Amino acid sequence: MSDEWFFKKGRSNKEIPIGGLIKEAGSSKHFKTGDWRSFRPIVNEEKCINCMFCVVYCPENCIKVKEDGKRGEIDLDYCKGCGICAQVCPVKCIEMKEEAEFTK
Amino acid sequence: MSNVKALTGGEAVAEAMRQINPDVVAAYPITPQTIIMQKFADFHADGLVDSELVRVESEHSAMSCCVGASAGGARTITATASAGLALMWEILGVASGLRLPIVMAVANRALSAPINIHCDHSDAMGARDSGWIMLFSEGGQEAYENMMLAVRLAERKDVLLPVMVNLDGFITSHGVENITVYDDDKIKGFVGEISANKPLLDIKNPVTYGPLQLQDYYFETRSQQIPAMENAKKAYLEIGKELSSITGKEYGFVEKYQTEDAKAIIVAMNSTAGTTKAVVDKLREKGKKVGLLKIRMFRPFPYSEVMEALQNTKAVAVLDRALSFGANAPLFGEIKNSLYELKKRPALFSCVYGLGGKNIYESDVEEVFKKLSKKELGLINYIGLRE
Repeated sequence: MSDEWFFKKGRSNKEIPIGGLIKEAGSSKHFKTGDWRSFRPIVNEEKCINCMFCVVYCPENCIKVKEDGKRGEIDLDYCKGCGICAQVCPVKCIEMKEEAEFTK
Repeated sequence: MSNVKALTGGEAVAEAMRQINPDVVAAYPITPQTIIMQKFADFHADGLVDSELVRVESEHSAMSCCVGASAGGARTITATASAGLALMWEILGVASGLRLPIVMAVANRALSAPINIHCDHSDAMGARDSGWIMLFSEGGQEAYENMMLAVRLAERKDVLLPVMVNLDGFITSHGVENITVYDDDKIKGFVGEISANKPLLDIKNPVTYGPLQLQDYYFETRSQQIPAMENAKKAYLEIGKELSSITGKEYGFVEKYQTEDAKAIIVAMNSTAGTTKAVVDKLREKGKKVGLLKIRMFRPFPYSEVMEALQNTKAVAVLDRALSFGANAPLFGEIKNSLYELKKRPALFSCVYGLGGKNIYESDVEEVFKKLSKKELGLINYIGLRE
Protein backbone atom coordinates (compact mmCIF):
# COMPACT_ATOMS: atom_id res chain seq x y z
CA MET A 1 0.00 0.00 0.00
CA SER A 2 1.39 3.37 -0.94
CA ASP A 3 1.20 6.02 1.72
CA GLU A 4 -0.65 8.48 -0.43
CA TRP A 5 -3.78 7.56 1.54
CA PHE A 6 -2.40 9.57 4.39
CA PHE A 7 -2.55 12.79 2.44
CA LYS A 8 -5.78 12.12 0.62
CA LYS A 9 -9.24 12.29 1.98
CA GLY A 10 -11.95 9.73 2.39
CA ARG A 11 -10.17 6.41 3.09
CA SER A 12 -12.02 4.11 5.51
CA ASN A 13 -10.56 2.63 8.66
CA LYS A 14 -10.13 -0.70 6.86
CA GLU A 15 -8.11 0.82 4.03
CA ILE A 16 -5.36 2.39 6.14
CA PRO A 17 -2.44 0.74 8.00
CA ILE A 18 -2.97 0.07 11.71
CA GLY A 19 -1.64 2.52 14.26
CA GLY A 20 -1.31 5.27 11.63
CA LEU A 21 2.04 3.88 10.46
CA ILE A 22 3.60 5.44 7.39
CA LYS A 23 5.51 2.89 5.38
CA GLU A 24 7.14 5.08 2.74
CA ALA A 25 10.24 7.25 3.20
CA GLY A 26 10.00 10.89 2.10
CA SER A 27 6.24 10.66 1.99
CA SER A 28 5.78 14.24 3.19
CA LYS A 29 5.94 15.23 -0.49
CA HIS A 30 2.36 13.98 -0.69
CA PHE A 31 1.35 16.57 1.87
CA LYS A 32 0.50 19.68 -0.13
CA THR A 33 0.90 22.36 2.52
CA GLY A 34 0.00 24.95 -0.08
CA ASP A 35 -3.60 24.28 1.03
CA TRP A 36 -2.88 26.27 4.17
CA ARG A 37 -2.01 29.49 2.31
CA SER A 38 -4.13 32.61 2.72
CA PHE A 39 -1.62 35.00 1.08
CA ARG A 40 0.20 34.25 -2.18
CA PRO A 41 3.64 35.70 -3.01
CA ILE A 42 3.71 37.49 -6.37
CA VAL A 43 7.13 38.44 -7.74
CA ASN A 44 7.73 41.54 -9.78
CA GLU A 45 10.27 40.01 -12.21
CA GLU A 46 11.48 43.40 -13.41
CA LYS A 47 12.52 44.54 -9.94
CA CYS A 48 14.12 41.22 -8.83
CA ILE A 49 17.93 41.39 -8.55
CA ASN A 50 18.40 37.59 -8.06
CA CYS A 51 20.06 38.05 -4.68
CA MET A 52 18.61 34.66 -3.55
CA PHE A 53 17.64 35.96 -0.10
CA CYS A 54 14.12 34.60 -0.59
CA VAL A 55 15.50 31.19 -1.61
CA VAL A 56 17.60 30.74 1.52
CA TYR A 57 15.06 32.21 3.91
CA CYS A 58 12.07 30.16 2.65
CA PRO A 59 11.29 27.74 5.53
CA GLU A 60 9.57 25.33 3.12
CA ASN A 61 12.46 25.36 0.64
CA CYS A 62 9.89 25.85 -2.10
CA ILE A 63 11.50 28.66 -4.13
CA LYS A 64 13.29 26.95 -6.98
CA VAL A 65 16.68 27.81 -8.43
CA LYS A 66 17.08 27.67 -12.19
CA GLU A 67 19.89 25.96 -14.08
CA ASP A 68 21.53 29.34 -14.75
CA GLY A 69 21.69 30.02 -10.98
CA LYS A 70 18.85 32.55 -11.03
CA ARG A 71 15.74 32.48 -8.86
CA GLY A 72 12.99 30.27 -10.29
CA GLU A 73 9.30 29.83 -9.60
CA ILE A 74 7.69 29.52 -6.22
CA ASP A 75 6.17 26.03 -5.81
CA LEU A 76 2.62 26.82 -4.80
CA ASP A 77 1.94 23.17 -3.88
CA TYR A 78 4.02 23.72 -0.77
CA CYS A 79 4.19 27.51 -0.19
CA LYS A 80 2.23 28.19 3.03
CA GLY A 81 2.15 31.93 2.36
CA CYS A 82 4.17 32.86 5.43
CA GLY A 83 5.50 36.01 3.74
CA ILE A 84 9.10 35.69 4.94
CA CYS A 85 10.32 36.02 1.32
CA ALA A 86 8.52 39.35 0.96
CA GLN A 87 9.93 40.54 4.29
CA VAL A 88 13.56 39.74 3.52
CA CYS A 89 13.55 40.92 -0.11
CA PRO A 90 15.97 43.94 -0.19
CA VAL A 91 14.26 45.47 -3.21
CA LYS A 92 10.70 44.65 -2.06
CA CYS A 93 9.80 42.93 -5.30
CA ILE A 94 7.57 40.29 -3.65
CA GLU A 95 4.04 41.25 -2.78
CA MET A 96 1.73 39.07 -0.65
CA LYS A 97 -1.72 39.06 -2.20
CA GLU A 98 -4.92 37.65 -0.69
CA GLU A 99 -5.39 34.07 -1.91
CA ALA A 100 -9.06 34.80 -2.42
CA GLU A 101 -8.12 37.04 -5.35
CA PHE A 102 -6.92 33.96 -7.27
CA THR A 103 -9.75 31.62 -6.40
CA LYS A 104 -12.60 33.90 -7.45
CA MET B 1 9.58 -30.86 35.32
CA SER B 2 7.48 -28.35 37.17
CA ASN B 3 8.78 -27.16 40.43
CA VAL B 4 6.84 -25.90 43.44
CA LYS B 5 8.49 -22.89 45.04
CA ALA B 6 7.50 -20.63 47.93
CA LEU B 7 7.29 -17.27 46.17
CA THR B 8 5.59 -13.94 46.64
CA GLY B 9 3.26 -12.95 43.81
CA GLY B 10 5.84 -10.38 42.75
CA GLU B 11 8.56 -13.02 42.59
CA ALA B 12 6.21 -15.27 40.65
CA VAL B 13 5.77 -12.54 38.01
CA ALA B 14 9.56 -12.11 37.94
CA GLU B 15 9.91 -15.89 37.41
CA ALA B 16 7.60 -15.58 34.42
CA MET B 17 9.74 -12.72 33.10
CA ARG B 18 12.88 -14.82 33.56
CA GLN B 19 11.33 -17.60 31.52
CA ILE B 20 9.98 -15.23 28.86
CA ASN B 21 13.43 -13.56 28.68
CA PRO B 22 12.18 -10.35 27.04
CA ASP B 23 14.46 -8.24 24.82
CA VAL B 24 13.90 -5.03 26.76
CA VAL B 25 12.67 -4.27 30.27
CA ALA B 26 12.39 -0.61 31.22
CA ALA B 27 11.39 0.31 34.73
CA TYR B 28 11.56 2.97 37.37
CA PRO B 29 13.77 1.40 40.04
CA ILE B 30 12.32 2.82 43.27
CA THR B 31 8.94 3.05 44.97
CA PRO B 32 6.14 2.52 43.91
CA GLN B 33 8.04 -0.24 42.10
CA THR B 34 7.55 -3.67 43.65
CA ILE B 35 9.41 -6.94 44.22
CA ILE B 36 8.71 -7.76 40.57
CA MET B 37 11.51 -5.53 39.30
CA GLN B 38 13.73 -6.12 42.32
CA LYS B 39 13.69 -9.86 41.63
CA PHE B 40 14.00 -9.43 37.88
CA ALA B 41 17.03 -7.16 38.42
CA ASP B 42 18.56 -10.01 40.45
CA PHE B 43 18.01 -12.40 37.54
CA HIS B 44 19.55 -9.80 35.22
CA ALA B 45 22.58 -9.28 37.48
CA ASP B 46 23.03 -13.04 37.77
CA GLY B 47 23.09 -13.38 34.00
CA LEU B 48 19.95 -15.53 33.88
CA VAL B 49 18.29 -13.31 31.27
CA ASP B 50 19.57 -11.60 28.12
CA SER B 51 17.28 -8.60 28.50
CA GLU B 52 18.39 -5.01 28.17
CA LEU B 53 17.33 -3.63 31.57
CA VAL B 54 16.84 0.13 31.33
CA ARG B 55 16.52 2.00 34.61
CA VAL B 56 14.75 5.25 33.89
CA GLU B 57 14.01 8.37 35.90
CA SER B 58 10.22 8.12 36.05
CA GLU B 59 7.34 5.89 35.00
CA HIS B 60 6.48 8.32 32.22
CA SER B 61 9.97 7.57 30.90
CA ALA B 62 9.60 3.85 31.63
CA MET B 63 6.57 3.56 29.39
CA SER B 64 8.14 5.89 26.81
CA CYS B 65 11.20 3.66 26.72
CA CYS B 66 8.93 0.62 26.31
CA VAL B 67 7.16 2.35 23.41
CA GLY B 68 10.48 2.98 21.67
CA ALA B 69 11.76 -0.53 22.30
CA SER B 70 8.53 -2.16 21.18
CA ALA B 71 8.34 -0.01 18.04
CA GLY B 72 11.91 -1.11 17.40
CA GLY B 73 10.68 -4.69 17.38
CA ALA B 74 11.76 -5.81 20.85
CA ARG B 75 9.64 -8.00 23.11
CA THR B 76 9.11 -5.50 25.91
CA ILE B 77 7.91 -5.87 29.49
CA THR B 78 7.61 -3.50 32.44
CA ALA B 79 5.95 -3.37 35.83
CA THR B 80 4.57 -0.66 38.05
CA ALA B 81 1.94 0.15 40.67
CA SER B 82 -0.23 2.94 41.98
CA ALA B 83 1.11 6.45 41.32
CA GLY B 84 3.59 4.91 38.87
CA LEU B 85 0.76 3.80 36.63
CA ALA B 86 -0.85 7.21 37.02
CA LEU B 87 2.36 8.89 35.85
CA MET B 88 2.43 6.60 32.79
CA TRP B 89 -1.09 7.62 31.82
CA GLU B 90 -0.24 9.73 28.79
CA ILE B 91 2.00 7.06 27.29
CA LEU B 92 -0.48 4.22 27.92
CA GLY B 93 -2.58 5.66 25.11
CA VAL B 94 0.49 6.00 22.89
CA ALA B 95 1.30 2.31 23.41
CA SER B 96 -2.20 1.18 22.46
CA GLY B 97 -2.62 3.77 19.71
CA LEU B 98 0.63 2.70 18.03
CA ARG B 99 -0.50 -0.93 18.50
CA LEU B 100 2.58 -1.95 20.45
CA PRO B 101 2.44 -5.35 22.19
CA ILE B 102 3.95 -4.23 25.51
CA VAL B 103 3.21 -6.34 28.59
CA MET B 104 3.02 -4.71 32.01
CA ALA B 105 2.42 -6.20 35.43
CA VAL B 106 0.58 -3.87 37.80
CA ALA B 107 0.48 -4.54 41.54
CA ASN B 108 -2.83 -2.76 42.21
CA ARG B 109 -2.43 -0.12 44.86
CA ALA B 110 -4.22 3.03 46.02
CA LEU B 111 -3.75 6.49 44.54
CA SER B 112 -3.00 9.61 46.59
CA ALA B 113 -4.29 11.51 48.52
CA PRO B 114 -4.09 10.64 51.37
CA ILE B 115 -0.76 8.93 50.74
CA ASN B 116 -1.25 5.18 50.92
CA ILE B 117 0.68 2.24 49.53
CA HIS B 118 -1.80 -0.61 50.00
CA CYS B 119 -4.12 -2.70 47.86
CA ASP B 120 -6.80 -0.89 45.88
CA HIS B 121 -7.89 -1.12 42.25
CA SER B 122 -8.09 2.64 41.66
CA ASP B 123 -4.83 2.65 39.70
CA ALA B 124 -5.96 0.11 37.10
CA MET B 125 -9.51 1.44 36.98
CA GLY B 126 -8.16 4.90 36.21
CA ALA B 127 -6.46 3.40 33.15
CA ARG B 128 -9.35 1.26 31.98
CA ASP B 129 -10.12 3.35 28.91
CA SER B 130 -6.54 3.63 27.70
CA GLY B 131 -6.90 0.85 25.16
CA TRP B 132 -5.01 -1.85 27.06
CA ILE B 133 -6.19 -5.42 27.43
CA MET B 134 -6.61 -5.96 31.18
CA LEU B 135 -6.26 -9.30 32.94
CA PHE B 136 -6.77 -9.75 36.68
CA SER B 137 -5.17 -12.44 38.83
CA GLU B 138 -6.59 -14.12 41.92
CA GLY B 139 -3.15 -14.94 43.28
CA GLY B 140 0.52 -15.31 42.45
CA GLN B 141 -0.03 -18.46 40.41
CA GLU B 142 -2.54 -16.79 38.14
CA ALA B 143 -0.36 -13.68 37.81
CA TYR B 144 2.57 -15.92 36.79
CA GLU B 145 0.50 -17.69 34.15
CA ASN B 146 -1.22 -14.49 32.97
CA MET B 147 2.20 -13.02 32.11
CA MET B 148 2.90 -15.75 29.56
CA LEU B 149 -0.59 -15.58 28.18
CA ALA B 150 -0.24 -11.80 27.95
CA VAL B 151 2.92 -11.96 25.84
CA ARG B 152 1.29 -14.21 23.25
CA LEU B 153 -2.00 -12.30 23.30
CA ALA B 154 -0.34 -8.91 22.85
CA GLU B 155 1.76 -10.07 19.91
CA ARG B 156 -1.01 -11.84 17.98
CA LYS B 157 -1.16 -10.23 14.52
CA ASP B 158 -4.93 -9.71 14.67
CA VAL B 159 -4.64 -8.13 18.15
CA LEU B 160 -1.41 -6.11 18.55
CA LEU B 161 -2.44 -4.36 21.74
CA PRO B 162 -0.61 -3.86 25.03
CA VAL B 163 -1.67 -6.08 27.93
CA MET B 164 -1.81 -5.17 31.62
CA VAL B 165 -1.58 -8.06 34.09
CA ASN B 166 -3.08 -6.98 37.40
CA LEU B 167 -2.44 -8.55 40.78
CA ASP B 168 -3.37 -7.27 44.22
CA GLY B 169 -0.70 -5.03 45.73
CA PHE B 170 0.83 -6.43 48.93
CA ILE B 171 -1.86 -9.08 49.41
CA THR B 172 -0.63 -10.93 46.33
CA SER B 173 2.54 -9.07 45.33
CA HIS B 174 4.16 -9.46 48.76
CA GLY B 175 2.29 -12.53 50.05
CA VAL B 176 4.08 -15.88 49.83
CA GLU B 177 2.29 -18.82 48.20
CA ASN B 178 3.30 -22.19 46.85
CA ILE B 179 3.80 -21.42 43.18
CA THR B 180 4.14 -24.13 40.57
CA VAL B 181 6.87 -22.93 38.22
CA TYR B 182 6.63 -24.82 34.96
CA ASP B 183 9.56 -26.20 33.06
CA ASP B 184 11.68 -23.43 31.45
CA ASP B 185 11.79 -25.16 28.07
CA LYS B 186 8.04 -25.65 27.97
CA ILE B 187 7.40 -21.99 28.74
CA LYS B 188 10.04 -20.87 26.24
CA GLY B 189 8.40 -23.12 23.67
CA PHE B 190 5.01 -21.63 24.48
CA VAL B 191 6.03 -17.98 24.26
CA GLY B 192 8.36 -18.51 21.27
CA GLU B 193 10.14 -15.60 19.60
CA ILE B 194 8.55 -12.26 18.77
CA SER B 195 7.72 -11.68 15.13
CA ALA B 196 7.40 -7.91 15.26
CA ASN B 197 4.97 -5.93 13.13
CA LYS B 198 6.82 -3.31 11.04
CA PRO B 199 9.75 -2.85 13.43
CA LEU B 200 11.68 0.43 13.24
CA LEU B 201 14.94 -1.51 13.27
CA ASP B 202 14.08 -3.19 9.97
CA ILE B 203 16.10 -0.53 8.17
CA LYS B 204 15.44 -2.00 4.74
CA ASN B 205 11.74 -1.28 5.22
CA PRO B 206 11.65 2.10 6.97
CA VAL B 207 8.41 3.17 8.64
CA THR B 208 7.23 6.22 10.53
CA TYR B 209 5.54 5.68 13.89
CA GLY B 210 3.23 8.25 15.41
CA PRO B 211 2.47 10.81 12.70
CA LEU B 212 0.03 13.66 13.23
CA GLN B 213 -3.55 12.74 12.33
CA LEU B 214 -6.16 15.40 12.73
CA GLN B 215 -9.87 15.54 11.87
CA ASP B 216 -9.26 13.47 8.78
CA TYR B 217 -7.82 10.21 10.11
CA TYR B 218 -7.58 10.21 13.93
CA PHE B 219 -11.04 8.67 14.39
CA GLU B 220 -10.42 6.12 11.63
CA THR B 221 -7.09 5.05 13.15
CA ARG B 222 -8.35 4.89 16.74
CA SER B 223 -11.41 2.94 15.63
CA GLN B 224 -9.14 0.15 14.41
CA GLN B 225 -8.63 -0.74 18.08
CA ILE B 226 -12.29 -1.79 18.34
CA PRO B 227 -12.04 -4.93 16.15
CA ALA B 228 -8.59 -5.61 17.68
CA MET B 229 -10.24 -5.79 21.12
CA GLU B 230 -12.91 -8.11 19.68
CA ASN B 231 -10.19 -10.31 18.20
CA ALA B 232 -8.48 -10.36 21.59
CA LYS B 233 -11.38 -12.33 23.04
CA LYS B 234 -11.06 -15.13 20.50
CA ALA B 235 -7.27 -15.05 20.70
CA TYR B 236 -7.33 -15.22 24.50
CA LEU B 237 -9.36 -18.44 24.45
CA GLU B 238 -7.15 -20.02 21.78
CA ILE B 239 -3.89 -19.10 23.50
CA GLY B 240 -5.37 -20.12 26.86
CA LYS B 241 -6.12 -23.55 25.45
CA GLU B 242 -2.51 -23.89 24.37
CA LEU B 243 -1.29 -22.86 27.80
CA SER B 244 -3.69 -25.40 29.32
CA SER B 245 -1.67 -28.19 27.75
CA ILE B 246 1.23 -27.13 30.00
CA THR B 247 -0.63 -26.07 33.14
CA GLY B 248 -3.76 -28.21 33.00
CA LYS B 249 -5.83 -25.14 33.91
CA GLU B 250 -8.67 -23.37 32.19
CA TYR B 251 -8.41 -19.79 30.98
CA GLY B 252 -11.86 -18.30 30.63
CA PHE B 253 -12.92 -14.65 30.64
CA VAL B 254 -14.59 -15.42 33.93
CA GLU B 255 -14.36 -18.23 36.44
CA LYS B 256 -17.71 -19.60 37.56
CA TYR B 257 -17.34 -21.01 41.06
CA GLN B 258 -20.46 -22.86 42.24
CA THR B 259 -22.67 -20.52 40.21
CA GLU B 260 -24.67 -23.20 38.40
CA ASP B 261 -27.55 -23.49 40.91
CA ALA B 262 -26.61 -20.48 43.07
CA LYS B 263 -29.41 -18.22 44.28
CA ALA B 264 -26.94 -15.54 45.38
CA ILE B 265 -23.71 -14.70 43.55
CA ILE B 266 -20.85 -12.37 44.43
CA VAL B 267 -18.83 -10.89 41.58
CA ALA B 268 -15.23 -10.07 42.47
CA MET B 269 -11.73 -9.68 41.03
CA ASN B 270 -8.21 -10.48 42.21
CA SER B 271 -7.52 -11.79 45.73
CA THR B 272 -11.01 -11.10 47.09
CA ALA B 273 -12.23 -13.81 44.70
CA GLY B 274 -10.07 -16.21 46.74
CA THR B 275 -11.56 -14.98 50.01
CA THR B 276 -15.03 -15.37 48.54
CA LYS B 277 -14.29 -18.96 47.41
CA ALA B 278 -13.49 -19.89 51.01
CA VAL B 279 -16.80 -18.39 52.13
CA VAL B 280 -18.71 -20.12 49.32
CA ASP B 281 -17.23 -23.47 50.41
CA LYS B 282 -18.21 -22.82 54.02
CA LEU B 283 -21.77 -21.78 53.17
CA ARG B 284 -22.21 -24.62 50.68
CA GLU B 285 -21.41 -27.06 53.51
CA LYS B 286 -24.36 -25.56 55.34
CA GLY B 287 -26.51 -26.08 52.27
CA LYS B 288 -26.63 -22.43 51.17
CA LYS B 289 -26.81 -22.02 47.41
CA VAL B 290 -24.19 -19.34 46.89
CA GLY B 291 -21.53 -18.83 44.27
CA LEU B 292 -18.75 -16.59 42.97
CA LEU B 293 -18.24 -15.08 39.54
CA LYS B 294 -14.60 -14.10 39.21
CA ILE B 295 -13.73 -11.66 36.43
CA ARG B 296 -10.39 -12.58 34.87
CA MET B 297 -10.57 -10.29 31.86
CA PHE B 298 -11.78 -6.73 32.40
CA ARG B 299 -10.86 -5.31 28.98
CA PRO B 300 -12.25 -6.38 26.61
CA PHE B 301 -15.16 -6.87 29.00
CA PRO B 302 -16.95 -10.22 28.62
CA TYR B 303 -20.53 -8.86 28.68
CA SER B 304 -22.29 -11.88 27.19
CA GLU B 305 -20.39 -14.40 29.33
CA VAL B 306 -21.28 -12.41 32.45
CA MET B 307 -24.92 -12.28 31.40
CA GLU B 308 -24.95 -16.01 30.76
CA ALA B 309 -23.39 -16.71 34.18
CA LEU B 310 -25.81 -14.51 36.09
CA GLN B 311 -29.08 -15.05 34.21
CA ASN B 312 -30.55 -17.73 36.47
CA THR B 313 -29.62 -16.34 39.86
CA LYS B 314 -31.84 -14.28 42.15
CA ALA B 315 -29.43 -11.75 43.62
CA VAL B 316 -25.96 -10.45 42.76
CA ALA B 317 -23.54 -8.36 44.79
CA VAL B 318 -20.63 -6.76 42.94
CA LEU B 319 -17.51 -6.13 45.00
CA ASP B 320 -15.49 -3.14 43.84
CA ARG B 321 -12.13 -2.17 45.26
CA ALA B 322 -12.34 1.23 43.60
CA LEU B 323 -14.71 4.16 43.44
CA SER B 324 -15.89 6.23 40.56
CA PHE B 325 -16.87 9.39 42.39
CA GLY B 326 -20.30 10.54 41.34
CA ALA B 327 -20.98 7.39 39.32
CA ASN B 328 -21.38 3.63 39.66
CA ALA B 329 -18.27 1.81 40.89
CA PRO B 330 -16.34 0.53 37.83
CA LEU B 331 -17.05 -3.22 38.00
CA PHE B 332 -20.62 -2.67 39.21
CA GLY B 333 -21.33 -0.47 36.20
CA GLU B 334 -20.07 -3.14 33.79
CA ILE B 335 -22.09 -5.89 35.47
CA LYS B 336 -25.20 -3.72 35.33
CA ASN B 337 -24.58 -3.17 31.61
CA SER B 338 -24.19 -6.91 31.08
CA LEU B 339 -27.64 -7.66 32.50
CA TYR B 340 -29.62 -5.08 30.54
CA GLU B 341 -30.78 -7.47 27.83
CA LEU B 342 -32.10 -10.11 30.22
CA LYS B 343 -35.89 -10.32 30.38
CA LYS B 344 -35.76 -11.34 34.04
CA ARG B 345 -32.87 -9.64 35.77
CA PRO B 346 -31.47 -10.60 39.20
CA ALA B 347 -31.50 -8.02 42.01
CA LEU B 348 -28.19 -6.18 41.80
CA PHE B 349 -26.22 -4.50 44.57
CA SER B 350 -22.95 -2.59 44.66
CA CYS B 351 -20.50 -3.25 47.51
CA VAL B 352 -17.42 -1.05 47.62
CA TYR B 353 -14.75 -2.35 49.97
CA GLY B 354 -11.11 -2.35 50.91
CA LEU B 355 -9.92 1.03 49.63
CA GLY B 356 -6.37 1.82 50.66
CA GLY B 357 -5.84 -1.79 51.66
CA LYS B 358 -8.54 -1.93 54.34
CA ASN B 359 -8.90 -5.64 55.01
CA ILE B 360 -11.87 -7.61 53.85
CA TYR B 361 -12.40 -10.69 56.00
CA GLU B 362 -14.31 -13.90 55.34
CA SER B 363 -16.84 -12.66 57.90
CA ASP B 364 -17.43 -9.52 55.77
CA VAL B 365 -18.08 -11.62 52.67
CA GLU B 366 -20.32 -13.97 54.67
CA GLU B 367 -22.31 -10.96 55.86
CA VAL B 368 -22.74 -9.82 52.23
CA PHE B 369 -24.05 -13.27 51.26
CA LYS B 370 -26.38 -13.31 54.26
CA LYS B 371 -27.87 -9.92 53.43
CA LEU B 372 -27.86 -10.72 49.72
CA SER B 373 -29.96 -13.86 50.21
CA LYS B 374 -32.56 -11.80 52.06
CA LYS B 375 -32.08 -8.86 49.66
CA GLU B 376 -31.38 -6.69 52.67
CA LEU B 377 -28.59 -4.72 51.03
CA GLY B 378 -28.97 -1.15 49.91
CA LEU B 379 -28.31 -0.39 46.23
CA ILE B 380 -24.88 0.90 47.16
CA ASN B 381 -23.03 -0.42 50.22
CA TYR B 382 -19.65 0.30 51.72
CA ILE B 383 -18.10 -2.76 53.35
CA GLY B 384 -15.90 -2.15 56.39
CA LEU B 385 -16.36 1.63 56.27
CA ARG B 386 -16.99 3.43 59.54
CA GLU B 387 -19.84 5.79 58.77
